[in-house]
Amino acid sequence: MKSIEDLIRNHPFLQDLDKTSIALMAGCAKNVAFDQDTYIIHEGQSADQFFLIRNGAVALESYAPGRDPVVFCTLKSCDFLGVSWLAPPYRWQYDARALEPVRAIGFDADCLRKKCDANTAMGYALMKRFVPSLMQRLQAARLQMMDIYGAPPTIGSAQDRAR
Amino acid sequence: MKQGHHQTHDSIPAIATVKTKRWEIEGVAIIDVKLSTNQRAWAQSKPGQFAMLYGFGVGEIPISFSTLPSAEGRVSFTIRRTGAVSAALTRIKCGGVIGMRGPFGNGWPIEQLAGRDVVIIAGGLGVAPLRPVIDYLAFGRSDANRATLFYGAREPAAILYTKDIERWRNAGVDVHTTVDTASHDWRGNVGVVTSLLSGVPLDSENTVALICGPEIMMRYAAEALKDAGVSDEDVWLSLERNMKCAIGFCGHCQFGPAFICKDGPAFAYDQIRSNLFVREL
Ligand SMILES: Cc1cc2nc3c(=O)[nH]c(=O)nc-3n(C[C@H](O)[C@H](O)[C@H](O)COP(=O)(O)OP(=O)(O)OC[C@H]3O[C@@H](n4cnc5c(N)ncnc54)[C@H](O)[C@@H]3O)c2cc1C
Ligand code: FES
Repeated sequence: MKSIEDLIRNHPFLQDLDKTSIALMAGCAKNVAFDQDTYIIHEGQSADQFFLIRNGAVALESYAPGRDPVVFCTLKSCDFLGVSWLAPPYRWQYDARALEPVRAIGFDADCLRKKCDANTAMGYALMKRFVPSLMQRLQAARLQMMDIYGAPPTIGSAQDRAR
Repeated sequence: MKQGHHQTHDSIPAIATVKTKRWEIEGVAIIDVKLSTNQRAWAQSKPGQFAMLYGFGVGEIPISFSTLPSAEGRVSFTIRRTGAVSAALTRIKCGGVIGMRGPFGNGWPIEQLAGRDVVIIAGGLGVAPLRPVIDYLAFGRSDANRATLFYGAREPAAILYTKDIERWRNAGVDVHTTVDTASHDWRGNVGVVTSLLSGVPLDSENTVALICGPEIMMRYAAEALKDAGVSDEDVWLSLERNMKCAIGFCGHCQFGPAFICKDGPAFAYDQIRSNLFVREL
């Protein structure tokens, strides 16, 4: 059976992470599993964990009273789940539901934050992995917000529109 | 840049009779028409080419073949009702007639697909001009290595060609779909179409990509492929601009030094990348 260190080392999100950081992270980690349709995190609750998905798919959902919940993103194996543990007030901003049976590495957020503070090299290595993914998700959210598949109000070149 | 291919009815519309019409999704109709003359010449059309469809008394607009004209002159178009002409064309009942000029444009670079991994990225209605090329990869005499379709739509109810998607899957095309937003009971992917790329290994040196969709989505997709190591010459985008003559005379469809109706609508990314980032074009 693979140790938790092996699982961390082999997860694409932490590709090429140094040995010391892997060992430090392993001290905060455990292997977790969720049945299909169970909620992994709930909006408003304390963001006390962070997950690296190994298998399965997760839906991120938001809801407004009186409306059906809306899925705005799905995550797959190789993705990470959970950003809110990184910055105060450490509270989840959305729900996450297992769309399929999910296996993941779960990290105790408080433990990880303390280790990042005490071992800045590890903290920096982790941030270098988070930032590009966060940028990608931000770009994606912008495109989704633009509703690009609806017919735009104008089309074509500036000359076309002037004609 | 490539010249347009063999053309049958450059300036005088051929008459075509609507044989079937159905609303594929809200606001998008598929019409199947039969040409009354010159069927053989139209049957030379290539995937990615388009026709100028004339709604009598209303006007004329460019619409891509969503199945290629057959030897008997049957051809289908997928039309989104956006304004006067598209509304008129989608209002026509079975037995009604439309005018058709074409085929126009260069089409997809079919001859470059042999032995290659073909990645197709479609957004929204952009899957319509790609449908003949996916059919060709799935059922034609294609020598392509492997075909993968990434298709993004606004929401589950806006996914076009759901039956074809099953047929393509059964024929070995690796199909991945995603939507921008979905309700709680949707089990598929949610996110932009480029997010699907990370889940599928690419042999970047042997990949040819064909992209069609809203221009902003095509830019993101082309840049994502560039980041994954696919050469700009191997990434093809189908551009859209308003058109009038469709034969390179009026300049209506000018894009930098090129006319989309004649030199395009498919362009390799290296030919157009710099102009795609210029807002005024
Ligand atoms: C090469 C080429 C192939 C095309 N293939 C297809 C196709 O297979 N199916 C299809 O439905 N359309 C296709 N189009 C787009 C189609 O030509 C336009 O939607 C059409 O010209 C609109 O004309 P209209 O008179 O109905 O609307 P207009 O009165 O011209 O426009 C009505 C509204 O729709 C907007 N609009 C116009 N054109 C577009 C567009 N292309 N995309 C989004 N919004 C637009 C306008 O800005 C306006 O707000 C293609 C365009 C090109 C250049
Ligand atoms: S539409 Fe006239 S030049 Fe292209």
